[in-house]
Amino acid sequence: MTVLTERPAPTPDENAPAAAGQLRLVVAGSVDDGKSTLVGRLLHDTKSILADQYDALEHVSRNRGADGFDLALLTDGLRAEREQGITIDVAYRYFATPRRSFVLADTPGHVQYTRNTVTGASTADAAVILVDVRNGVSVQTRRHAAVMSLLRVPHVVFAVNKMDAVEWDQARFDEVVADVRRVAKRVGLDQIEVVPVSALTGEGVAAPGPDWVEGPTLLSLLEQLPARRSLTDEALRFAVQLVLRPRTDDHPDYRGLAGRVGSGTVRVGDEVVAQPSGLRSTVAAIDGPRGEQAEATAGQSVTLRLADELDVARGEVLSSAQDQAGVVRVIEGVLCWLSEDAGRDRQRVLVKVGTRVTRGLIGPVEERWHVDDQRWDRDAAPLELNDIGRVTIQLADPVAVDGYAQHRHTGGFLVIDPDSGVTLAAGMAGGHLGEPQLMI
Amino acid sequence: MTATTDAPDVTGLSPTLADLEAEAIEIIREVVAEFDRPALLFSGGKDSAVLLHLARKAVWPAPLPITLLHVDTGHNLPEVLRFRDQVVADGNLRIEVAHVEEWIADGRLKERPDGTRNPLQTVPLLDTIAAQKFDALLGGARRDEDRARAKERIFSVRDAFGGWDPRRQRPELWNIYNGRHAPGEHTRVFPISNWTELDIWAYIEAENVPLPDIYYAHERDVFLRDGMLLTPGPWGGPRDGETLERKTVRYRTVGDGSCTGAVESDASDVRTVIAEITVSRLTERGATRADDRLSEAAMEDRKREGYF
Repeated sequence: MTVLTERPAPTPDENAPAAAGQLRLVVAGSVDDGKSTLVGRLLHDTKSILADQYDALEHVSRNRGADGFDLALLTDGLRAEREQGITIDVAYRYFATPRRSFVLADTPGHVQYTRNTVTGASTADAAVILVDVRNGVSVQTRRHAAVMSLLRVPHVVFAVNKMDAVEWDQARFDEVVADVRRVAKRVGLDQIEVVPVSALTGEGVAAPGPDWVEGPTLLSLLEQLPARRSLTDEALRFAVQLVLRPRTDDHPDYRGLAGRVGSGTVRVGDEVVAQPSGLRSTVAAIDGPRGEQAEATAGQSVTLRLADELDVARGEVLSSAQDQAGVVRVIEGVLCWLSEDAGRDRQRVLVKVGTRVTRGLIGPVEERWHVDDQRWDRDAAPLELNDIGRVTIQLADPVAVDGYAQHRHTGGFLVIDPDSGVTLAAGMAGGHLGEPQLMI
Repeated sequence: MTATTDAPDVTGLSPTLADLEAEAIEIIREVVAEFDRPALLFSGGKDSAVLLHLARKAVWPAPLPITLLHVDTGHNLPEVLRFRDQVVADGNLRIEVAHVEEWIADGRLKERPDGTRNPLQTVPLLDTIAAQKFDALLGGARRDEDRARAKERIFSVRDAFGGWDPRRQRPELWNIYNGRHAPGEHTRVFPISNWTELDIWAYIEAENVPLPDIYYAHERDVFLRDGMLLTPGPWGGPRDGETLERKTVRYRTVGDGSCTGAVESDASDVRTVIAEITVSRLTERGATRADDRLSEAAMEDRKREGYF
């Protein structure tokens, strides 16, 4: 019988601070570190699994001869994943506590799927990297830490899992913490948190662990993290997506530049510069989703009307006149190679920066990040799947671009195969990993 | 489904909802800018109603430069079709309707023994995409609906057969979307991927998005089949042993009448619907979609064949 039955709504904690907005979270970790179990645990303990999902889970677990619920089966939804007991592709999960809602990118641990970790990390406000307390830091831990650092995920939490398997041995945990901190330092992650958990039993996740554990549970920590790095105080960056010219009876002369504010704040009356063209004007009006507004801040999708009729089209970036993006014909940066086809010397590609696509020619690899010994090395071999290397790319047309370290929104770019359209690499202009920033 | 609890800002939207709206508008604008012949899949259901609302905002004050596309199984509830036609007429929109019955009539499709036509939508959909040369299809699928949909990219390139291969999905980085594809392929785009059922309803409330009235409690003759309350219609029923009963119900999803069930409910407006979903112990698909119960990976299998 399909009847909706009563479930008590979660009771907000009276003493909790005001709700903190949505947090986009990426969870990474080596195969068998218990990542799917942790994600299942977070969904379970926040009461985000509903009765029909339980029924399905119980049915499948029983079919597979499992003892009770196998939380991992909840997240591994694809046939091949269930058959092999591994996670193949990024899955997005939604859960909420009374304080905050979460979008969780559950990324695979196998080396060949590192590109999906990059996918999950590029939009994340925070990362959780799992480490199996019995094995300690692995190659994948180092790789994932490097990816989070490279992509500048604002907050990185290491969850030391399977603490129940070592009977919550504090000395063992402290050893792992020391190793984790060394790894983090090598890749340039300055601020990290380390939390002991057992995804299997739930201790340390939403429920408290033993007395010796200082600090909050994983879930409580995630509830407290600042949602977005505040981008509103930064310089304005507004990539033009679309020029709206309705030419209708109601709006015969309307000409608006539609886009999303990448960073900063734009107000009516502000002087802006379109890049790379260099044309200047002032903002005459801002049309938002609910009518005109006096200002727009980072993250808002709006349409700007300028005081002058400029030839500004898709692909241009509007910057604040006082603090402009760089305009370059050569991008120097770091590539994460994401394709099974290795890069070739002088490969012809398309480069997509913001809303601009231009042709590019990849130069020789200058340095490569060695995951095992965690350092940059002179190594000119072509980039292969999951390699991280520093290159320069010659461009057919000038583009407006920032150093990724300063502007995550205007410093990242795609390298695309012009024939198949496949995304070959994630690019970060400038680039920094455990050493001082190189400016473009 | 759990509640989003952040407080509303001056616009009446919570920060989470305002952010989801801005993200959806950005994605729709990318489609309008980068594709030659985009279409928007519009079934008259709540997700496509919200998607259409967002698409019109994305290009305001310009008229929507996107054709609507509906695959009509012939088993849709009349209230939903009336709503669809009303929206098209009021908004001066273009719509392309592919009728599954035409494919059955000329032998390109065969009626299934179980009578459901939901899986039959795939062929008419792909044929229409090819005939109309649509290069991008905007859809209102959400990742919280199903395990297989949880794996979907926002921009999802489909091969010439419309097939989805989860192992070969492109990485999707930042908010830089790559819709480039080879001739014959097309891109499916899901601007409301990151919304939950509750987000959809909160947005419907905040923005007064009109919906077919079957989403709200009303009296209806229904019969019980496989644990679901179905309406009598061209899909047959009640059969022997199934009895018609008058109940107060509403629909949580709309779709093919043979496999979409109603739920008993007194929720007669948006506010009471939100209250009901907040405490519901069933997902919307688990509650009302028989086609997803066909196998453990029903949605994945249909998506691989080109289903939406």
